[in-house]
Amino acid sequence: MDIHSLLQAVQGFLTNEIVLAVILSSLPLIFVLIYVLFVLYTEMKLAGHIQDRVAYMRTGWHGVLQNIADMVKLLLKEDIVPDKADKLFFRLAPYVTFAGSYAAYAVLPFSSIYIGANINLGLFFLVASGSLVVIGILMAGWSSDNKWSMLGGVRSAAQMISYELPTSLAIVIIAMITGSLNLQEIVKFQDGGIQNWLVFGGSLPLQQKLFLLPFTIITFVIFLVSSNAEINRTPFDLPEAESELVQGYFTEYSGLRFAMFYLTEYTNLFTVFAVAVSMFLGGWSSPFGSFMSGPVWGIFWFVVKTYVMVVVQIWVRWTLPRVRVDQLMYVSWKVLTPWLLFCLFAVGFILVI
Amino acid sequence: MLQPPTLPTNYTIKPGHIKTSTGKTIRTEEMIVNMGPQHPSTHGVLRLEIVIDGEIVRECIPHIGYLHRCFEKHAEQMTNYQQVIPYTDRMDYCSAMTNEWGYALAVERMLKIEVPERVEYIRVIMAELQRIASHLIAVGTYGIDSGAFTPFLYTFIDREPILDLFEMTCGARLLYNYIWIGGLSHDLPPKFIEQAKEFCKYFRPRLKQFNDLLSYNEIFVKRTANVGVIPKDVAINYAISGPQLRGCGVDWDLRRDDPYSVYHKLDWQVQVGKGELGTSLGDCWNRHMVRMREMEQSLNIIEQALAGLPEGNVKAAIPKRIRPDKDAEIYVRTEGSRGELGYYIISDGTASPFRVKARGPAFVNLSVLPEIARGCMLADLVLIAGSIDIVLGEVDR
Repeated sequence: MDIHSLLQAVQGFLTNEIVLAVILSSLPLIFVLIYVLFVLYTEMKLAGHIQDRVAYMRTGWHGVLQNIADMVKLLLKEDIVPDKADKLFFRLAPYVTFAGSYAAYAVLPFSSIYIGANINLGLFFLVASGSLVVIGILMAGWSSDNKWSMLGGVRSAAQMISYELPTSLAIVIIAMITGSLNLQEIVKFQDGGIQNWLVFGGSLPLQQKLFLLPFTIITFVIFLVSSNAEINRTPFDLPEAESELVQGYFTEYSGLRFAMFYLTEYTNLFTVFAVAVSMFLGGWSSPFGSFMSGPVWGIFWFVVKTYVMVVVQIWVRWTLPRVRVDQLMYVSWKVLTPWLLFCLFAVGFILVI
Repeated sequence: MLQPPTLPTNYTIKPGHIKTSTGKTIRTEEMIVNMGPQHPSTHGVLRLEIVIDGEIVRECIPHIGYLHRCFEKHAEQMTNYQQVIPYTDRMDYCSAMTNEWGYALAVERMLKIEVPERVEYIRVIMAELQRIASHLIAVGTYGIDSGAFTPFLYTFIDREPILDLFEMTCGARLLYNYIWIGGLSHDLPPKFIEQAKEFCKYFRPRLKQFNDLLSYNEIFVKRTANVGVIPKDVAINYAISGPQLRGCGVDWDLRRDDPYSVYHKLDWQVQVGKGELGTSLGDCWNRHMVRMREMEQSLNIIEQALAGLPEGNVKAAIPKRIRPDKDAEIYVRTEGSRGELGYYIISDGTASPFRVKARGPAFVNLSVLPEIARGCMLADLVLIAGSIDIVLGEVDR
C-alpha cells in the first residue's frame, strides 16, 4: 500500500459522517478539561487571596501544576465500591451526571460559526439535559448505601426540581422577547454592542427597551440566583453541605468516579453561566459593536464573559454562609417565582403594546 | 469498634403513612443516623445518635467518651500538686491558660497563699488573651458550621498573634504549663507589653470586620435566629454557664459575681444577649454575639491590666513540698472561656491530691443538647451543636 492510498483511506475515515460527529462532539470535551483545570486553579487561588493566604505555591510557578498533580492522584487512587452498595447504579451514576451536564454543550453557541447542534429548541434541550443530572445524583445518593448520601441526593433532587421553575420562567421571558429558543438566534438578536444585550432590553426600539429594562435586569438577577442553586453552589450547596452531610451524595465515591463528580460540578458551573451569558450578556458578540468581532473573537468573548461570571460565583461562594432547606424552598417558591411571573406578564404587556 | 445504634429506652421508632394523590399509601419510617465521631461538624469526636424524620430531628442522643484520658485519675497518681498542671492544660486544649489558673487558684486557696499583685495582673492578661483565642476558634468554626469557610481562616489569622505572645512568654503555643501554684513559671519577656498593646490596637477593627462578614450577614442571621432556643429556666436547670448562659439573657459572670484575682479593679461589662435583629434570647445567634462582644470586653481588660501592671516578683513564697492539711477540701470556680470551670480538690495530707474533680463547662453545657435539638432541622442541629462550643477534650477529660 503506497502512501497515497493510505492518505486517501485516512481522509475517507475522517470524512465519514459518524467519525466526524464523534470528533466534533469531543471538541468541547477537550475545552472542558482545559477549562476545568483553569477554573480550579482560579478558584483555589482566588479563595486563597479572599482568605488572606496564598494557596498553592509549591507545584510549579505559583502552584500552576497542582491541579494536574491532583488529577493524577485521583486517577491512581483505589476505586472503592461499598460492600452493600447497589453496584450497577453506583458505577453508573457519575457517568450519567456527567453526560447530563456535557449534553448541554451541544447547544452552546461558542461562536457565530461553531455550535454543536443548531437546533431550534436549544434552551428547551438545556433544561431537559439539566434534569438528567438530577437522576444521576439521585442514583448516586441512593445506591451508596449511606444515609448521609441519600439525604444529599434527596435534597439535591428537591432543590434542582424547584429551581428549574424560575430558570424556565426566565427562559420563557427571553424567548418572548427574542421570539426564539435557539441560542444562536438569541445571541444574534443581541449582536452589535453592549447596548443591545438582553439584560439591557435587547436590540428592540429604544422606547420598548426603556420599558423592558427593569424587568430584564430582574430576570437576569433571578436567573443567576436560580442557576446558582441548580448547580448546588454556595449559598445553595445543601446537597453537598460539608458540615451537615459530610460530602453529600458523593461521600462514598473515590478515585476516578469522584473525579467525575468533581468534573461535573465544574462543567455545570461553566454551562449555567454560559447560558446566562448567551441569554443576557450577548454571548459571543463583542461589547464594542463591530470592533473586535468575528468568529474567532466570538470564542474569545464567549469564554471571557463566562469566565468573569464564574469568578463572580467563586467570590460569592467564599463569602456567604449556606441557607437552610426550608429557606431554600421559600426563596424559590415565594420570592423568585412570583417575581418572575410578574416580570412575565409585564414583558408580555410591553411587547404587545 | 462502633456499637450499633442504641435508642433511649423510652423511644420507639414511629412508623407513618403518607397518602399519595393517586390514592396509594406509602409507608414511612423514622431513620436513625450516626453523626460522628468522624463527622466534620461535631467539633472533635462527639457522636450524636439522631432519629430523623426526613430532615427533622426527633431525638438526639450525644455519646461521649471517645477522648477519655483519665485526667482525674492521673491527678491522683502524681507525686505532687504541681505536676497536675500540665494535665489540666489538656482538658480544654483551646483554653489551656484558664484551666491551669483554675487549678492553681484552688490549690492556693487551700494553702491560703497570697500571690503577688504582679502575678494576678499577668494571669488576668493571659486568661483574657486566652479567652479571645478560644472565642475566635468558637466563632470561626461556627462559620464553617453555617457553611462559610472564610471567617474560619480569618479567625485563625487573628489567633496567631495571641499564640505568638504565649510562645514568647512560655515557649508553648497550645499547652502552656505557665501558671504555677503560687506564681508563674516565667516573668513576662521584655517586648511582651509592647506587642500585646499592638495586638489590642490591631484586633478591634478586625472584630468589626468579622461582624460585618459573618455576624450581621443576612443569611447567617436568618439561619441562626430563633434556632435552638434555650429558655432561661431550662438553662438554669441544666446548670449551663458561660457565654451560653449569658446568651439566654441571664446576667451571670463569675469574674464579677464570685470575684477572684483583680477583675474587680478593672472596668468592664458582662455581656448579655440582647435579642435584637428579630432574634430571640437564648438562640444560636445571641450565643454567637455574646462571644463576639466578650472579645471586645477582654480587650478592654487586657489594655487596663497592661497599663496597671505593677512591678514585683512573679513567685510567691510557697513551701517546697506542698502538703495541704489532712482532709482539707475545696471547690473553687472560675470563669473559663466556656463557662464555670470548677475544681474540687480533697487532700489526705500527703504530697499528692487524694481526689481532683473537675467541673468542665463544656460537659455540662452539652447536656442540654437533646433538650433543645428535638424538633429542629438537621442543618440546625449542626448549628446548635456548634453554638454550644464544646471541646471534646474537656467533655471527656
